[in-house]
Amino acid sequence: MASLAQRKTLCVASPLTLRIVAECPVTKARACDLILPHSAVSTPVFMPVGTQGTLKGITVDQLDGLGCQICLGNTYHLGMRPGPDLIEKANGLHGFMNWKKNLLTDSGGFQMVSLVELSEVNEEGVKFKSPYDGKEILLSPEKSISIQNSLGSDIMMQLDDVVSSTVTGPRVEEAMHRSIRWLDRCIAANKNPDKQNLFAIIQGGLNADLRKACLDEMTQRNVPGFAIGGLSGGEEKDDFWRMVTLSTDHLPREKPRYLMGVGYAVDLVVCVALGCDMFDCVFPTRTARFGSALVPWGSLQVKHKQYAKDFQPIDPDCPCPTCKRHSRAYLHALFKSDTSAMHHITIHNIAYQLTLMRSVRQSIVDGRFPEFIRSFMKQMFPSPDQYPSWAVDALASVNVTLE
Amino acid sequence: MAGSRIKLELSRVVQGESRLGVLKGLGRTGQHCLEVPGCLLYSHLGTVPHLTQDTLHTLKNIPAVTQVTLSSVAEHQEVLQEFKGGFKKFAGLHDTVVYCSLHDPAALCPPGYTTNKTVSVWGSGGRIELTVAKFMAIQKTIQPDWYQSMADGETWQSNTSRKRLRKSVDRTLAHLDECLTIHQNSQDLQGVEVFGVVEGGDILEERARSARETAKRPVAGFCLDGFQTGSMDQTLRTQLIKAIAKELPEDKPRLLQGVGRPDEVLACVEAGVDLFEGFFPFQVTERGCALSFSFDISLDPERAVLELNDDETCRAGEGQPNGEVTDGDQTQMTSFEINLKDKRYHDDFRPLVEGCGCYCCVNHQRAYLHHLLVTNELLAGVLLMIHNTAHYIGFFSTLREALANDKLDLLKRRQVILIATSFSVTVTPDGFESA
Repeated sequence: MASLAQRKTLCVASPLTLRIVAECPVTKARACDLILPHSAVSTPVFMPVGTQGTLKGITVDQLDGLGCQICLGNTYHLGMRPGPDLIEKANGLHGFMNWKKNLLTDSGGFQMVSLVELSEVNEEGVKFKSPYDGKEILLSPEKSISIQNSLGSDIMMQLDDVVSSTVTGPRVEEAMHRSIRWLDRCIAANKNPDKQNLFAIIQGGLNADLRKACLDEMTQRNVPGFAIGGLSGGEEKDDFWRMVTLSTDHLPREKPRYLMGVGYAVDLVVCVALGCDMFDCVFPTRTARFGSALVPWGSLQVKHKQYAKDFQPIDPDCPCPTCKRHSRAYLHALFKSDTSAMHHITIHNIAYQLTLMRSVRQSIVDGRFPEFIRSFMKQMFPSPDQYPSWAVDALASVNVTLE
Repeated sequence: MAGSRIKLELSRVVQGESRLGVLKGLGRTGQHCLEVPGCLLYSHLGTVPHLTQDTLHTLKNIPAVTQVTLSSVAEHQEVLQEFKGGFKKFAGLHDTVVYCSLHDPAALCPPGYTTNKTVSVWGSGGRIELTVAKFMAIQKTIQPDWYQSMADGETWQSNTSRKRLRKSVDRTLAHLDECLTIHQNSQDLQGVEVFGVVEGGDILEERARSARETAKRPVAGFCLDGFQTGSMDQTLRTQLIKAIAKELPEDKPRLLQGVGRPDEVLACVEAGVDLFEGFFPFQVTERGCALSFSFDISLDPERAVLELNDDETCRAGEGQPNGEVTDGDQTQMTSFEINLKDKRYHDDFRPLVEGCGCYCCVNHQRAYLHHLLVTNELLAGVLLMIHNTAHYIGFFSTLREALANDKLDLLKRRQVILIATSFSVTVTPDGFESA
């Protein structure tokens, strides 16, 4: 662990400012302006995932045109190909992919545990075999930050010891404590604290005491923002929301809160109510490539036969370029002929996510977020008895009752 | 079909054969035009492969005519019938002329399925057998601005017998007559133009007969079929096209099917072809390559030759890994492109083509394209399609300029040297190039 003196020297002003624009008087929701090195971000915000330095068939101009202010890149993938040296030569990931707005990079740890077989975690870091050349590689906190420094992202994530959210027992506690030690190593390793923000990741599994302990420790560090990690991995939703709300209860008001891996519309709206500002998920873009278009009443499977002769747009009220020009029937037919069908749905789904978050923000600013939640849920589910009980409970915990 | 609305206004005919002009009166309201020699905009079901309207419209000088293939539309006939508004509206194409061809020039069509009364097309769901009645029923639902009449084009293989060739000419004429009869009695097809199809394989007399007979019918223009890359060498192709051109009226356009390689395009323009299908940039895109051939003719001839030499030395240095121009296989890389999957582009921070103004070259570098290709990212296809289409459109524009200014020879010499250079580069087994 870093000594107190060491920590003090690292207390440079971070390249991040959070202005709270409005707070919901009923729930824990807030609307903020998050000023990052490349541009301001209006929160609550959904951040699309551009794993390998590209957002699945969409050009950076298209992404910008949809109003996206921040997207993700994955350190594990980019560190493997094309590698940090090349990206550094290209003026960072911004230069390499020519994206003018903000970027957030993860630590690479999650992919290592989820994608790579034979990965092994010890105090030093995560050891794994490269799937490309079989070489043994060690991803330490220092190495992760070094790669992220090369990528030049506006927000970097600490390397954390990721344990599946369904695991219980001493391993969870070990991972939580190790994540705290690794946070200190990451802070010490950051070469660009004046240009790149390093976020801590709260761990502790589904155990409230461990979460609380982690929060106590990590909030003592001088980091510009916090992420809530280790969730969204197949745990019960009842456990999930309780861990989220516990975290936001103890996170400092003046710093951004990023809930990792969350992107379903209902989850977004509920977790905004629980006080989260930032979200990311591959779901909207991945599901698009399978022909699933997101709509206010759920989703629409464009490839299903029932849409072959349906000449309406995906969502008649959606202002995205896809809905402005193309019908469900044409997209259905195009899926059989060209990859551009996927791009059309990807554009629509990103537009859906970003529009949803803009509406959420506006309702917070206007002081009518609880009403927004109620009409959102009404639209999403055919009848109130279909509301998921966890969402009803979570919303009730922040004083919003659904009829 | 009382007098077609399409008018070809020729401004120049060079050496009695190469034609420069404008095709006017396109589209059902006649407001579109297309400069010739020119190419059509290739599409998959009305969409330029990989592109959306946003990415397509980053391009300048997009050809006014989009080619849609009956092979891709046929399986959606029932849908279009219910839609009623025609294919253009169905596909969200507001401002383009739609030309409907029978086959997809970039897809192989297996032989052996043609009969006296039918031809077959392959869509995503397999083979669809078409009689003239069915063919015309589909055209009525598509409501294109112009279409290729049904044709027996199964004669491109080099060993096709004279008897079979004669039969293909006869059948194609019979199909045309039947198409025209139905067409003239159809309310839905009023104002729509028909292109007759010239067949006859590699036999000069059959080609001439096919052209002569087709020209007697009330068609707006001609498709020259059975000349696709790989079916015959360019000397024979030139000879046959010249013979056909002699039989065709000067004021109607000639569209050559299945030929897109720049050197072949130049030779065919010299033989009298006006229009080409724009599928070549798509094929280049699909193999992860970028068109890079130079067609600058703005320099004075002497300096241009010097510059050519420099250019070629540098190109030889880059060493095209494939070198050989294989005629038979359209999926093989040609000497007009660079293979961006090649390791040498890993850290190459130049645009695909220096000075190119396309969206890809203005915004991205070879190293990024290389990365997108090796990681199988969808954006690779998008960016390459933008660049390759822009490059190809630029080539045609220069080709017209060369025709207007007597510089066709200079443009041709660039191609010849390019091909000669690429032939001289061979790849040794360990991957090193040697001259």
